[in-house]
Amino acid sequence: MTVEQREQVPMLDTQTEGYVTADGRQIGGVVMELKNITLRFGGVVAIKDISFDIRHGEIRAIIGPNGAGKSSMLNVISGFYNPQEGELIYKGYKRPQMRPYKVSRMGIARTFQNIALFEGMSVLDNIMTGRMHHMKAGFLSQAFWWGAAAREEAENREAVEKIIDFLEIQAIRKTPVSRLPYGLKKRVELARALAAEPQILLLDEPMAGMNVEEKEDMSRFILDVNDEFGTTTVLIEHDMGVVMDLSDRVVVMDYGKKIGDGTPEEVMNNQDVIDAYLGVSHD
Amino acid sequence: MATQADLQSVPALLARNATRYASLTAYREKEFGIWQAWTWAQAAEEVNAMALGFLALGMERGDHVAIIGRNRPALYWAMVAAQSVGAIPVPQYADAVAEEMAYVLEHCGARFAICGDQEQVDKVIEVQDTVDCVETILYLDKRGMRKYDHTSMNWLMDVQDEGRAARQRFEPELKKRIAELNYDSTCVMLYTSGTTGKPKGVVMSNRNIIEASKSSSEFDNLTHREEILAYLPMAWVGDFIFAVGQAYWAGFTVNCPESAATMLTDLREIGPTYYFAPPRVFETMLTTVMIRMEDAGATKKKMFDTYMAHARKVGGLILDGKPVNASDRMKYRIGEMLVYGPLKNTLGLTNIRVAYTAGEAIGPEIFDFYRSLGINLKQLYGQTEASVFITQQPDGEVRSDTVGVPSPGVEVRIGDNGEVFYRSPGTFVEYYKNPESTASTKDPEGWVATGDAGFFEEGTGHLRIIDRAKDVGKMANGALFAPKYVENKLKFFPSILEAVVFGNTRDRCTAFINIDLTAVGNWAERNNIAYSSYQELAGHPQVLEMMQGHVEEVNESVAQDPMLSSCQIHRFLILHKELDADDGEMTRTRKVRRRIVEEKFADLIAGLYEGADQVYTETEVTYEDGRKGAIKATVELRDARVFDTVAASVAAQ
Repeated sequence: MTVEQREQVPMLDTQTEGYVTADGRQIGGVVMELKNITLRFGGVVAIKDISFDIRHGEIRAIIGPNGAGKSSMLNVISGFYNPQEGELIYKGYKRPQMRPYKVSRMGIARTFQNIALFEGMSVLDNIMTGRMHHMKAGFLSQAFWWGAAAREEAENREAVEKIIDFLEIQAIRKTPVSRLPYGLKKRVELARALAAEPQILLLDEPMAGMNVEEKEDMSRFILDVNDEFGTTTVLIEHDMGVVMDLSDRVVVMDYGKKIGDGTPEEVMNNQDVIDAYLGVSHD
Repeated sequence: MATQADLQSVPALLARNATRYASLTAYREKEFGIWQAWTWAQAAEEVNAMALGFLALGMERGDHVAIIGRNRPALYWAMVAAQSVGAIPVPQYADAVAEEMAYVLEHCGARFAICGDQEQVDKVIEVQDTVDCVETILYLDKRGMRKYDHTSMNWLMDVQDEGRAARQRFEPELKKRIAELNYDSTCVMLYTSGTTGKPKGVVMSNRNIIEASKSSSEFDNLTHREEILAYLPMAWVGDFIFAVGQAYWAGFTVNCPESAATMLTDLREIGPTYYFAPPRVFETMLTTVMIRMEDAGATKKKMFDTYMAHARKVGGLILDGKPVNASDRMKYRIGEMLVYGPLKNTLGLTNIRVAYTAGEAIGPEIFDFYRSLGINLKQLYGQTEASVFITQQPDGEVRSDTVGVPSPGVEVRIGDNGEVFYRSPGTFVEYYKNPESTASTKDPEGWVATGDAGFFEEGTGHLRIIDRAKDVGKMANGALFAPKYVENKLKFFPSILEAVVFGNTRDRCTAFINIDLTAVGNWAERNNIAYSSYQELAGHPQVLEMMQGHVEEVNESVAQDPMLSSCQIHRFLILHKELDADDGEMTRTRKVRRRIVEEKFADLIAGLYEGADQVYTETEVTYEDGRKGAIKATVELRDARVFDTVAASVAAQ
């Protein structure tokens, strides 16, 4: 079975039942399962034998102290890193080694810890790049702005405008990204990721370096995205308050190992997690 | 064709427009980056469907319907739809906190609340803990609303769809209810922001709104070709008159901006022909232009300065149709091509035929700047109780220091104590559930006290307003104390945003000053002054120095007026926080609440009069989400030079 064929397979895994969150949302079956993932860079082991799953419609957080391997984990999911051991099961099928753009085409979009936008382009154009996978018109047609290309652009622009409206960034639609403050750039990045209409949205520290008000806005947007589009969200975040409020289930990592997995309450009462955050000597 | 007698309600005007202007644009709103438009025929259908939906929800005659949100076509339709079923729309300030909203909702006993978005719905739900009159909440923006309990809540568009589905069932009832409306039925109820005490519900009849709209439309020859941008709070009488009264009377287009933040872009895209803005908006626009010109290249700056100087010389005269010699005219025309035209285009003011400002005094320089560009900016004087218009400036008789002649149909007289009284068809019916206030404001003959002191100018017949009658006081030495007069002079400096002058029954005057963060911030940047917050900038010695210069300049000019020369400011301070409506220091229309400021900053005022150099103070502030916090600061107090009155020196000669 080729990758393209796999895309057609219905996404819900029916083998496992979902659960209902505290606020009454129905969480579905497993969308992605990571089994015994180990990632090494030469002699350094970034991720050691980690397994966990991501369910349809949930907000899944990955937390841990600096250097715990959170971003590496996200990069494994997005296909940027290829783990030496273990397997990644997406929508019921084992995912082979794959280039990130193909992973993206399969419905996984992400934002970056260090903002990776096209600084010289306008907000609108940046978000339009997120629609890349939805544009099929040929090179010539696009170059001459004729036929399918023009029609496609209008359709995609409409989708992008809905996201602009959703994230309340109408006022900066035509502003070059380089002129925006940090908090807004983060929001534009989220917009671009959303423009791809992902099934899984990966957010790498969406609130790093933000003030309280910006964090509150961003949290509301993450919840609204999940609520409105039912997007499964995986996020890495340092702000414990935010993580505990936002997420349905939390994976805790420390030194490349998984030390906890469960609801925010469970994780908060886990002795290993408390040790990792308060700091005890590691053997 | 509908006759005059049939046009006795807003829904009747809508029906007329739906046939007369059927395919002309009635509403435009920018959404998803595109201006969406509705013709009068389409708007009438939308209103009709909404009204049917309201009937299906059981809306009764005389019910009050609160409308809370930013300017959007659907909310305007909701107002007219409510009128159609015999209910009374009560638009409210969208930025009001839940507490303020609770008072109004309870006072009018609103059964329905129509909210723009989730934020407003949340406020109404919060209010419902204490106020139990609100039975049904309708909302316009669906976002974030999915999880709410919908047993007594509905999406406005669903209500419309239900109305469409029930057309056959309710159409006869709706027709009957529209036919019942006449000149005496209530059109709208607007709450005055009230600089003192609780807001009062001003009941306006169809007669008030339609007569006021009709005569003011004729005064300025407004036609169905006008374009306006509806961006002022819907709860404010002006917005109701411009975007509903006049728009329905004249049949022109109401454009709603995409969001508050995109207002200036939307203004440029629409290019309105008829425009209203409070002085502050014009002031901000001018400040922005000046700041940007500072950054312009030398050639452009030179060109701007040269031609603006020329415009100041002849621009106003040309606009007023006064004689100007040919070479000056020629130069003005070149200036129009090189500077004025592009500038007006940038500001979105190219197509302006009539622009008004009111609410506060406008600085003469600001006023003249716009007029010299060829923008027909005029002043009017009005209030909610008058359906806006009391006096207006006719074309060709425009000056910055008067508010014009009585509007058509309005009688104005000056009381014995100098207070301005008026009587007109636009005069309000009553204050809702408040006969005492009604009686004390409006006498049996229909004369209404404005609460403003003023006089008619000899010769021209133009009205000049001095101050609020109750604010005009006496100083210890018996001299006249008119704080507004001095405050306005201070506020004409771009770096001063707000000023409050004290001195009633005291021996000398003192002042609080709020700096304008944009203007002063820019100045600081140019002078390499580092600051991290408003508070820090406000306390900077060089800023104090600059303000001292401004205060002394004002003192010098106040000294020219023998009647008011005692109002010179002896001591002043720069406040450590901006006066804010959320803290109750200002009204939602940004008028200073003098008594509250006096109470809240009593320690600072005491310091000013005791001669202290520094005062440590803590002030409670309310954040936008309703939480409270405190600002601590040590404020520096300064003396300002005062001048001998001119009269005294003349007498000495």
